[in-house]
Amino acid sequence: MKKLLDTLHKIEPDKKTSPFLHTLFDGFFTFLYSPNSTTVDGGVHMRDGMDLKRTMIHVVLALQLCYLFGTYNIGHQHYLAMGDPAYDGLFEGFHLKLIYGLIILLPLFVVSNLVGLGIEFWYAARKGHAIEEGYLVSGALIPLIMPPDLPLWMLALAVAFAVIIGKEAFGGTGMNILNIALLARVFVFFAYPTEISGDQVWVSGYDKLAAGAAPSYDSYQHLMMGIFDGLFGLFDWATFEAAAAGQAIVDGYTGATPMGLAYAGGWEAVTDVYTTSQMWWGTIPGSIGETSKIFVLVGALILIVTGIGSWRIMLSMFLGAMAMAIIFNMWGATPFMEVPWYYQFYMGSFFFAMAFMATDPVTASSTNTGKWIYGFLIGAIGLLIRVINPAYPEGWMLAILLLNVFAPLIDHYVLEANISRRLARAKVKTAA
Amino acid sequence: MKPTNILRTLIVLAFLSSTNLLMAQTSGSSLTSIAFGAVVIALLLAVLFSVGGNVLKIKAKEIGADASGENYGIFPRMDEIAGKKVPDYTTNGSYHKLKKGFTVNIKGDAAKRISQPKVNTYAVSPKNFHGMSPIPKVVVAVGDKVKAGDVLFYDKKRDNIQYCAPVSGEVVAINRGEKRSIKEVVILADEKQISRAYDLPSLDTSRETLIEFLLGSGVWPMITQRPYQVVADPSDDPKGIFISTFDTAPLAPDLSYIVRQGDNSAAFQKGLDVLNRLTSGKVHLGISANASDSVAPAFKNATGVEKHYFEGQHPVGNVGVQIHHIDAINAGERVWTLDVQGVITIGKLFLNGTFDTTRLVALAGAEYKAPQYVLTKQGANVGDLVKDALTTDHVRLVSGDPLSGKKVTTEEYLEFHADQLTSLEEGDYYEMFGWLVPTKPKVSLSRTFPGFLFPDVKVKADTNTHGEKRAFVVTGQYEQVLPMDIYPQHLMKSIIINDFEKMEGLGIYELAEEDVALCEFVCTSKQPLQQILRQGLDLMREQG
Repeated sequence: MKKLLDTLHKIEPDKKTSPFLHTLFDGFFTFLYSPNSTTVDGGVHMRDGMDLKRTMIHVVLALQLCYLFGTYNIGHQHYLAMGDPAYDGLFEGFHLKLIYGLIILLPLFVVSNLVGLGIEFWYAARKGHAIEEGYLVSGALIPLIMPPDLPLWMLALAVAFAVIIGKEAFGGTGMNILNIALLARVFVFFAYPTEISGDQVWVSGYDKLAAGAAPSYDSYQHLMMGIFDGLFGLFDWATFEAAAAGQAIVDGYTGATPMGLAYAGGWEAVTDVYTTSQMWWGTIPGSIGETSKIFVLVGALILIVTGIGSWRIMLSMFLGAMAMAIIFNMWGATPFMEVPWYYQFYMGSFFFAMAFMATDPVTASSTNTGKWIYGFLIGAIGLLIRVINPAYPEGWMLAILLLNVFAPLIDHYVLEANISRRLARAKVKTAA
Repeated sequence: MKPTNILRTLIVLAFLSSTNLLMAQTSGSSLTSIAFGAVVIALLLAVLFSVGGNVLKIKAKEIGADASGENYGIFPRMDEIAGKKVPDYTTNGSYHKLKKGFTVNIKGDAAKRISQPKVNTYAVSPKNFHGMSPIPKVVVAVGDKVKAGDVLFYDKKRDNIQYCAPVSGEVVAINRGEKRSIKEVVILADEKQISRAYDLPSLDTSRETLIEFLLGSGVWPMITQRPYQVVADPSDDPKGIFISTFDTAPLAPDLSYIVRQGDNSAAFQKGLDVLNRLTSGKVHLGISANASDSVAPAFKNATGVEKHYFEGQHPVGNVGVQIHHIDAINAGERVWTLDVQGVITIGKLFLNGTFDTTRLVALAGAEYKAPQYVLTKQGANVGDLVKDALTTDHVRLVSGDPLSGKKVTTEEYLEFHADQLTSLEEGDYYEMFGWLVPTKPKVSLSRTFPGFLFPDVKVKADTNTHGEKRAFVVTGQYEQVLPMDIYPQHLMKSIIINDFEKMEGLGIYELAEEDVALCEFVCTSKQPLQQILRQGLDLMREQG
């Protein structure tokens, strides 16, 4: 261990002559070793064991189940759409589904982190700062909220936009106003609406979701599948080639999202296509990481127990959405409004937004009272957008970004209340 | 009920409900077999849990968790479910239970034992007093003989406040620091201590005469003014005088133990009587209502004062927190605060007619061979105090508690108000993946460390920062450990951008560095909150 440390110190680049290399080195070195810095006089002499790296990594850890299931579900949906009864069951064709998921997801993950971290490193070197950990979480979140077949250049562009305009322009980690991950998604949403919006589900590997459409792979996917087919052949397992041969989307595959169905025909229309248990466990098409309610909730629980995510925001957001859904139930003007309020939580990405997006401490309200208001409004407005907006029946991304903008205002009024309390206290004194 | 107990109960309930679920799925079997299965599973679980609970208790003892009745098992005990009662001595005052706060539980508590190391030199340093001009008027010269209580120097800005010799002896050095500022005036103590003689006024005399006497006697700097945490201004009439009789800071001395020594109890009461004459308001005593503290009669039976009982974790013992709950400081108001040993020094002046700065100082921290109390005087030389007492020289000595004290070397001297000399291991080590998988236990507010389940296990502290400084990211953390109606993070930001109106509105007057020290400790972003606050306080004071 001592040797490694010495070697590392020897190869440390000079900060003056090569600032970028030094920043890079520093980033990786502090990743490997907690620094040997000690407290300075004029402040505390001992510090809490918690730092920002540990905070961030716990969010990433909480996401791991979503990653595991998301990867698998990409493949599962791909083969489910083919309608080959050999792959209908969740665990049939396990190796094919898992590897297919990896082939799709890994490039997204790599591109998201290469572009995002690259920009962070570059800015850190320019400013002479240490690399801050903010992108650790954003980089893990962004692939999970994208459609699986998003072109990589689009992802790269979205990430660059989010990090440069959303974060670095405002001063880096801790200074941004809008949630970085959602900013990347909203960029794709508005810049390339054909890729992400609409009422059609996202199933990887098809140019269009219509009966008779055959799976189509690009050259990278062909290459990877070929490599793995060779491997599978050794074990006498089913190969990608055999599985895809002559297969096409079956008749009756609607390709509609649960919410698209609910918008048109209420809860019955949804349950005609998806069962509640499918929606709850997440074996439905969607963005990569958000489909499984149960695994997202496990992540939320990890965040709450460790105290990393604000339970106030999560609870109030749930209450807000619930209140809005109950109001809609009573109103009942459209089929979507009549969906029983508790079934609203089976559809869409409410829980993912609640656990991982709304709780971002930088962009959320920073006062505890403010967090209650902030969460409640996200819940209420998000559901309003989901149910009323005909173009795109889901609202959490837009609701959270909207409330990100309003969070400082909410805090302002909470602080003003604190100031008034203090003034009132002084007034009572002088009066008495 | 404590959070750890709630967690324990939840775990048990979760297991019980999972067995129910299991049974619900065994459809088709008859009711009796289900019932039988339930009983068997319940019995098995009961055995498993009681064994597990006992193993936990044994383990807890092995790793040195406090054995004094703390519950380390799985199940909460009956008395824990019912909740603890308020101590019965708290009936003669107001009672405040503060939920926010955090106990920094580290090794090295001073044993209740008093030694008396030989200290040769003592010093008074102008740097100990905020807001004083850096070059005060020194009225002694090297070689002068002084008695305890003789004037050493005074502040040119407020020349009626005099700073006096804590001991009798010979002035051996007037050390200068940066830009010719006076660092300290050093006195080589006499073998036999003599005090200056005083013409004691009666306590019935007018307030002005009394203040005049206190100013001339040398005890005045014991009185601190809030806001700004500076030596009190004799021309003010404070709205109250506040004294905290317990210290909840890590490794802090037990003030109840200190006041029980010698004639300290009588001196403390006498001091309170004097202070009572200085304010048109009241003298307020903050007293511990924590069940673990054995409160001295001198505190709970003190007369002529308002008593306020506080229950909670650090920083509940901070006088600033107590003032906030008793009678918070509004803009334009002044209050005075003293520490217990300061009151005792004033009391001794009136009891015995001598200037006696004798005080008990806790040598606390894991780097001492035997952490204990030492009997010494104000401004004692650090090197003399810790001679042969340390186990290592890779150590940082802190005059005061580890969160708000000042770093001192063995050539330097105890701070004016210090009743604690803490030793901490210097933490200049690299820790591989220390942020991810800590290799040694760390004190932390965060529940990402397993230590949160065992809040009573003491951890060895060091000065490592455990991470690098970052921008403010995490929110709500400071509020969790500051039991005041204040938003520390927003206040800090308003200080950083020099927003006077916001600073005042958000309650800067109610805070001193020691009050935000715990916030600084828990800060994930490792921000220097105490420095920021001091910068704000100085700015506000300059603006008047």
